[in-house]
Amino acid sequence: MKALIKSLTGSVRDLLPIILVIAFFQAAVLQQPLPHVLEILLGALMVVIGLTLFIQGLEMGLFPVGESMAFSFARKGSLFWLLVFSFSLGFGTTVAEPALIAVSAEAAHVAAEGGMIEDSPVAQENYAFGLRMTVAASVGLAILIGVLRILKGWPIQYLIIGGYIAVIVITMFAPKEIIGIAYDSGGVTTSTITVPLVTALGVGLASSIKGRNPMIDGFGLIAFASLTPMIFVMIYGIVL
Amino acid sequence: MNWIADFFSTLLSTIKDVLPIAVIIFGFQFLVIRRSINNFPKVMMGFALVILGLSFFLLGLEKALFPVGKLMAEQLTSINSGSSENSFLWVYLFAFSIGASTTIAEPSLIAVALKANQVSGGTISVWGLRIAVAIGVAMGIALGSWRIVSGYPIHWFIITGYMIVVVQTYFAPKLIVPLAYDSGGVTTSTVTVPLVAALGLGLAENIPGRSPLIDGFGLIAFASLFPMITVMAYAQLSQRKSKEQSPDSENQTESTQLKGENS
Repeated sequence: MKALIKSLTGSVRDLLPIILVIAFFQAAVLQQPLPHVLEILLGALMVVIGLTLFIQGLEMGLFPVGESMAFSFARKGSLFWLLVFSFSLGFGTTVAEPALIAVSAEAAHVAAEGGMIEDSPVAQENYAFGLRMTVAASVGLAILIGVLRILKGWPIQYLIIGGYIAVIVITMFAPKEIIGIAYDSGGVTTSTITVPLVTALGVGLASSIKGRNPMIDGFGLIAFASLTPMIFVMIYGIVL
Repeated sequence: MNWIADFFSTLLSTIKDVLPIAVIIFGFQFLVIRRSINNFPKVMMGFALVILGLSFFLLGLEKALFPVGKLMAEQLTSINSGSSENSFLWVYLFAFSIGASTTIAEPSLIAVALKANQVSGGTISVWGLRIAVAIGVAMGIALGSWRIVSGYPIHWFIITGYMIVVVQTYFAPKLIVPLAYDSGGVTTSTVTVPLVAALGLGLAENIPGRSPLIDGFGLIAFASLFPMITVMAYAQLSQRKSKEQSPDSENQTESTQLKGENS
């Protein structure tokens, strides 16, 4: 009970800055009464409850599962299955992401207007589906490369900086309409459930392999997952 | 009261998001690893809490915070249209403070900060990391808003930003580099994106000569670039300050933070 109250006050403190910002700008700059005050307070209460439950569930469910799977794979010693698992985790968590579905539908719309594809519903649907698969596969590949990096102990900065150089070079050749969508697709792939799971997996792997430091080798999977979609979406735009 | 119906539809879509993840995890667990999960009921309870918590969280955001935030972004950007460039100061201030405050409430950042604190044995404080990331997002969004108003091409900013990241990587403490790279991707999640997108679109619509499609987006790219810079800077600062002080004190990070506040 005490712990619950403590985590509830923690969530209130997390949300307080947003409320202060909104109140200040409403009162000092816009000088208008806030509409539906009661509804807003009720919504804020739900956010606080939700955040409290989420963090509780994080420590009970997501973190232990990610770590125990990392330990089991490390003990089993099967590189093949670990890599298959990494790819499926990246692909599976991304392909159903609502933000991605919205972005790819919009991209198909832009592409049809720009004359890159035929302006028909079927062509647009095919384009959007292809784009979704491209992003999901690139996130799968990102987690796979990231896990391989943890196993081999490659320094992360060369891979990431190399990746960003690739992004800059490909940007020069990609059709203009796709660039904005490509840059955005890097941000939409990492959802609230994927991040804790993938972080626990990386840290768990790095701490169960001899000679790896969980701080240096465990983090970095998210960085890969937000880099590769940019590259592959632009290539998708060039090829089509 | 249609809140209850809304709650169930949010719950359903959250379950739909979690389902593929659960299938992959438990599929591999039972078919490949073939060992039962330790404390299985507790883990299931944790998953249930995550789903329930996210549903409450998303519904509260949609019902209360997003409408207000979007309304304010529209009002702020429209009262400025047609006037001199100085009056955009309020917009930049709003961009800065909304970027910082939404990042503090971002659940995935909390998750990564908890993990980083645990792994580093307490040297990286949960709040230190969250505040460093929040300042990064705030700076990114304020600068991104200024870019929309001024109309300079986005590539200059992004490429310069990455160059700073590359230079910092060589000077920052080695331990922080992967975490700093991660914090770029973590920030653009549930809370920040919708509000920031509304701000960008509002700005682009209200300034003559800007296209919402080209100029309105791109704030997200700024928001995921700057946290890398500030997180590395945070580590550089706390390293330098702990070097100046006696190295044997246990509460190095805490005392450096206090020192920073006093000066």
